[in-house]
Amino acid sequence: MADAIETKKIYLKVFRFNHETDYLPYYKNYEVVVSQDEVMLDVLNKIKWEFDSTFSYRRSCRHGICGSCGIKVNNRATLACKERVFDMIELFGNEMTIEPQSRKRVIKDMVIDKKDFWDKYNAVKPYMITAVDEHPDSENYMSPHDYENLKEADICVQCGNCYYACPSVEVNEDYLGPASLAKTYRFNFDTRDEAKIDRLDTVNDLGSGIWDCVKCYECAEACPKGVNPIEKITYLHTQTFQEGRAKSNVATRHAVGFKTSINMHGFLDEGMLVAYSEGIGVLKHLPEAFKMFRKGKIAMPWNMPKSKNLDEIKKLIKSSSSAKF
Amino acid sequence: MKYALYTGCTAKESTPELLKSTMAVAKVLGIELTILEEASCCGASHLQDFDEFLSLVLNARNICYAEKLGLTLITICNTCQINLATTKDRLDNDEELKDRVNEKLKEVGLEYKGSSEVKHLLYVLRDELGYEKIKNMVKKPLSDFNIAPFYGCHNIRPSELQNITNKGENPYNPTSLDELIETLGGKAVEYVRKNSCCGFHADLQAPNTAAKLTGLALSEAIDNNADFVVTPCPLCQLNFDVKQHEAGKKVGRDIELPVLHLAQMIGLALGLNKKELGLEHNVTEADF
Ligand code: SF4
Ligand code: SF4
Ligand code: FES
Repeated sequence: MADAIETKKIYLKVFRFNHETDYLPYYKNYEVVVSQDEVMLDVLNKIKWEFDSTFSYRRSCRHGICGSCGIKVNNRATLACKERVFDMIELFGNEMTIEPQSRKRVIKDMVIDKKDFWDKYNAVKPYMITAVDEHPDSENYMSPHDYENLKEADICVQCGNCYYACPSVEVNEDYLGPASLAKTYRFNFDTRDEAKIDRLDTVNDLGSGIWDCVKCYECAEACPKGVNPIEKITYLHTQTFQEGRAKSNVATRHAVGFKTSINMHGFLDEGMLVAYSEGIGVLKHLPEAFKMFRKGKIAMPWNMPKSKNLDEIKKLIKSSSSAKF
Repeated sequence: MKYALYTGCTAKESTPELLKSTMAVAKVLGIELTILEEASCCGASHLQDFDEFLSLVLNARNICYAEKLGLTLITICNTCQINLATTKDRLDNDEELKDRVNEKLKEVGLEYKGSSEVKHLLYVLRDELGYEKIKNMVKKPLSDFNIAPFYGCHNIRPSELQNITNKGENPYNPTSLDELIETLGGKAVEYVRKNSCCGFHADLQAPNTAAKLTGLALSEAIDNNADFVVTPCPLCQLNFDVKQHEAGKKVGRDIELPVLHLAQMIGLALGLNKKELGLEHNVTEADF
């Protein structure tokens, strides 16, 4: 007899909603037996095939490449066809809540309306812009080194996992979000592309662009392809300064202010940083500054802490600086 | 047990209670801390947006001073942790980058070797001192309290980096703080946003975003009967403590919830008094 295949039972709580017939969403429980090699997409299939044929979800390639099967399992962004069920059991135990990527945008069960995702994706001109000869004699060459510099940004499958995991998107529907910004990087760091200034100006708008990222690393964690969007957002910040496209505003002054402050004290002069970043806008921080002052939370100029060996820090800032504002 | 303490800026300025309570608690627990007075600001995850190389050089210098003492570097701020740990990870895995950084450090007579670990206090307590030991020293169990743990992004994500020092803490289901609360006799509040973002890093440039995220997290803690929040990150603490009224307005409710630093909570259970824990510095009255 062949070795028995190892199986496990999992207990599912599954989000159900049909926008045509349901007033409110509800959760339904299912018990499913899974075996070692199965992925979360097999679990969705079992629900559909064994329990309820109306259960709806998107899938196409089953190979982690079409990007259509994104869901949430215990609030963890998951590409269903890529995630092994046994790994999920190891992470969470055998009780799992299965939900769509965004409950706000659900159409039916796991199927959501991704229009917001695509609109923002399209907003950054997600294609190569360059004056190419349409009938070239040789290939439009890119060196391996230049290719490596794309840092895997080109393998995004537009699944939306990062985008619907992003808390900044959750509370600000204007924010472009991690996928669109990672795509901006993908073309802005492509040596053949010629539209980087244009894209930099698009992604530098306050309220929607790179400065609205809260640096939570949810996108890095959520991406099934290792795109690491937050890393790319950081390089868009530095590219903004390198290309001289930084407008003087609260966000850019904030980033630069750190250097100024470290150069003076080694430590951060928190009050000075806020004042310098905000300019006249500093006034709106007065009530909170007053609260902090009363509780002994504001360092005064005469007792600002200073690093020991401050001269070393100043010297390093002088010799190692690689950016200008 | 001896460690080098990287205080970060916040502990020396807007959260003096953090440094105070950390030193007091360490003393009781028998942990000897040498403060790295030579250290500079870590750049708070913003300097690298302007000048990545400079950020690496300054943080490598910070780590050098722990290496000189031959000690593990302890952080008491999640963002300091991620900045220093990222620097360490990059230099330890990229000889060429390390050489470029060391070329600069040489000008001030330093060399980054990679010999010191960089760990947040929370994980030193869990993995090196051990919760069992802390449990035996509890004088005033926190049994009257429902405590909402708030983990803070930069201790748990990205897990690939953080798992080097936090032993497999699952960012979707973290447990270290919950376990510590139970160790001290308290009841850990279960709520979804415990591993979410407080919004601090967009505070100046996207104040609405920051305030809403703070408001949502605190609201959920309150709805689950939290008596106070505890966090290992002073930046989360600041946002939660100083800005909670503002945040409340953004989510349409009044919020009044004390927010304690990790060391303040431990100190309470160890029987330290209000003064020793700097509780008078907390903006939302934390009168325990
Ligand atoms: S790091 Fe920035 S882009 Fe990524 S999920 Fe967080 S806020 Fe969104
Ligand atoms: S960056 Fe990753 S998570 Fe985001 S859409 Fe692309 S593949 Fe999906
Ligand atoms: S089905 Fe295509 S990525 Fe999962």
